Amino acid sequence: MSDSPENIGDLSRRTLLQRAAAAGLLAVPAAGMLSACAGSEPTKSADSGAAKSKDNPFGVKDGSAVKVVVFNGGLGDQWAKEDKVLFNAKHPNITVNMSSTQKIKTEEQPKMATQPSDLVMNSGADIMDRSTLINEGAIEPLDDLLTAPAWDSEGTVADSLLPGTVTDGTQNGKFYVVNVAYTVWGNWYNAALFKREGWQAPATWDDFFALAPKIKAKGMAPYVHDAAHGYYPRWALFASIWKAVGKQPIIDIDNLKDNAWKADGIVAALEPWEKLVKDKLLLPGKLDHTQSQQAWLDGKAAFIQVGTWLKNEMSATIPPGFEMTLSDYWTKPGDKAAKDVFASSGEGFVVPSKAPNKEAAKEFLRAILSKAGSAKFAELTKSLASTKGSGDNVQDTALASANTLMKSGTQDLISVKFPDFYADLDKESQNLAEELMAGRLTAQQFVDKMQAAADKVAKDSSVKKQTRTA
Amino acid sequence: MRHGVARFVTGFLALPLGLYLFYVVWPFVQAAGYSLTDWGGYSDTQNFVGLDNYVRLLSDELIRKAFWHNVFFLITVPLFTIALALFLAFLLNVGGREDRAGIRGVFGSGIYKIIFFFPQVLSLVVIAVMWQQIYRSDGQGLINGLMIKIGLVDADNPIAFTSDPEPFLGVPAVLWWLLVIAVWSGAGFYMVLFSAAMQSIPKDIYEAALLDGASRFHTFFRITLPLLRDTVSVAWVYLGFIALDMYALVFVMTPSQGGPNHASEIFASVLNFTAFQKGQFGYACAMGVALAIFTILLAAAQLRITRRERIEY
Repeated sequence: MSDSPENIGDLSRRTLLQRAAAAGLLAVPAAGMLSACAGSEPTKSADSGAAKSKDNPFGVKDGSAVKVVVFNGGLGDQWAKEDKVLFNAKHPNITVNMSSTQKIKTEEQPKMATQPSDLVMNSGADIMDRSTLINEGAIEPLDDLLTAPAWDSEGTVADSLLPGTVTDGTQNGKFYVVNVAYTVWGNWYNAALFKREGWQAPATWDDFFALAPKIKAKGMAPYVHDAAHGYYPRWALFASIWKAVGKQPIIDIDNLKDNAWKADGIVAALEPWEKLVKDKLLLPGKLDHTQSQQAWLDGKAAFIQVGTWLKNEMSATIPPGFEMTLSDYWTKPGDKAAKDVFASSGEGFVVPSKAPNKEAAKEFLRAILSKAGSAKFAELTKSLASTKGSGDNVQDTALASANTLMKSGTQDLISVKFPDFYADLDKESQNLAEELMAGRLTAQQFVDKMQAAADKVAKDSSVKKQTRTA
Repeated sequence: MRHGVARFVTGFLALPLGLYLFYVVWPFVQAAGYSLTDWGGYSDTQNFVGLDNYVRLLSDELIRKAFWHNVFFLITVPLFTIALALFLAFLLNVGGREDRAGIRGVFGSGIYKIIFFFPQVLSLVVIAVMWQQIYRSDGQGLINGLMIKIGLVDADNPIAFTSDPEPFLGVPAVLWWLLVIAVWSGAGFYMVLFSAAMQSIPKDIYEAALLDGASRFHTFFRITLPLLRDTVSVAWVYLGFIALDMYALVFVMTPSQGGPNHASEIFASVLNFTAFQKGQFGYACAMGVALAIFTILLAAAQLRITRRERIEY
């Protein structure tokens, strides 16, 4: 046996491995992260248009092509294919290249600075941050879409939309995001089961806490929620806060006003949730959205809180005879805005600023928001569209209960903006909502920690501040 | 050099080297460049901010937390993976009965080898999705379901696995549960690597040791391990890379990707959040560059410390 120094020109196993390791270094693990940051120079597209008319308000050029990217999530993508048929009926010579994906950000973000698609449905978990898109000038203001004539009804596009749709899509005074779906949130229950057991669907927290022992006696958990995505429980917490204290304190929270979270009544609004967790009324286990929804369908829990896409998302596994019914979030005595409903437009389309065929993109949006298109949307997805009257002809308990809830509500819709404004606060509020629902935070601690997180963002000079007025 | 050799070598190297420079090295240089700007990722404008991003990195609490979580993996992933892989490789190659002629592995070692190697052919995301079912935190989860059936776990209080931030030995439980997956999925490959290295150790060394009355314990620690030193050292470096990544597992398995409440935050998850959610690509690039520098230093230190004169056989 002898020592072998590393001779030049003679690759020993050790040096080979060493060099391989060094080469691997450049590839693992930093490579993916480093190259994710790299971009390249943009290319400019020439602008040219055809004559504008009532049927072609944006002057879309015949023979052009438009690339539409649809998010294929809880709502599926069949409805968008119907819109394509509608669009091509009016514009047979424009090619619509439609693709659907669940990875919006992964696939579209790298193209935004250079050659983006013309129309992108920025939706789902893999979403491009809206404030960043707007601050960077990456998406186009669409105010001219609102003033354009509606596709197949009287008046303008703006006239045909449900309340909140325009404000939901507006930031810094301009309209950027066209939300095509209308979502209503609340507590869902199986009306057939409640009838069978002789239970009354609760309207208040007191009703619920009185009913809970009866539900438990049937071997059922009173409540279940998605414990893997913090924004699910966050909807419920914010609905309770808004109902208790009304709109102005929420606007203050969104505007990062000093001590906005310490306003009277916020802690009290969250205390029923703290009690619900402490009294062990939640289904054991940390389930994600589909797992918790399936557990609810399987009769393991009486209530689940989620939005109106639920029906479509779970359509494959709904047991026969199950009557999916939506009821409003529970209130307590003295709530200031008990009748305000948590609803908003969602599933937003954006038109990238560098898109080659912005005219056709806007024209396609007009088709999506049409009476015919939105009726198809409601029929296929069992969710309301953001166009008025979309659900009027659809027979379905889930959709009907959402319709009823909307009609019983006031003109004011519950809405919280800071998660759209500030990514840090978005993350923090999701985390803290999970912690509260896991019983690791009290209502008071939740509020204190939210205040601290809001203060931190307010002081952070690298974050561009937004303002909410209404 | 002989006439024409230079041209011959250049001809072969030009294309791959060009591709490598353009698609690998150039993006690195770009990322390093972006790390000195406030680029937001969605536009083609950016301002030069010098080393501001790096200064910010030093006082970022979330990054500090993520860094310590990566350090936890950096220590535990190689340690447990190599220990398990060595143990398995030893049993499969030289751990069998000693009475018959020669040195052999335990009975059925060929089949075990295939089974242990199996996780290696699955992609990490597939592994993560599979373990989601194993770790599912109600009665339908594989582990919880079994434990509840035999009465070891209370059905009203199942094991939360990756949703559990409670510290165990000072480290959030979720990280330990992720560690189990990382070790399980990595051990098979290193077992094969060590097996190959063990088979190149001459059997007569073992036979001599056996004749001298050495136990299995002694043969392992006095003969096998010292002769595998190089292989183990390289395995350690590779596992170090894996430990500094861990992104897929955290991304798929933990609530809110790094949760609950930042309990499983790692470098890569903070980087991803900063770039794609906060839209601070410049700052995120600085994180990437810092991680790359840290990785290089670590590998260099590792290989230098373990450098030794080696034995030829």
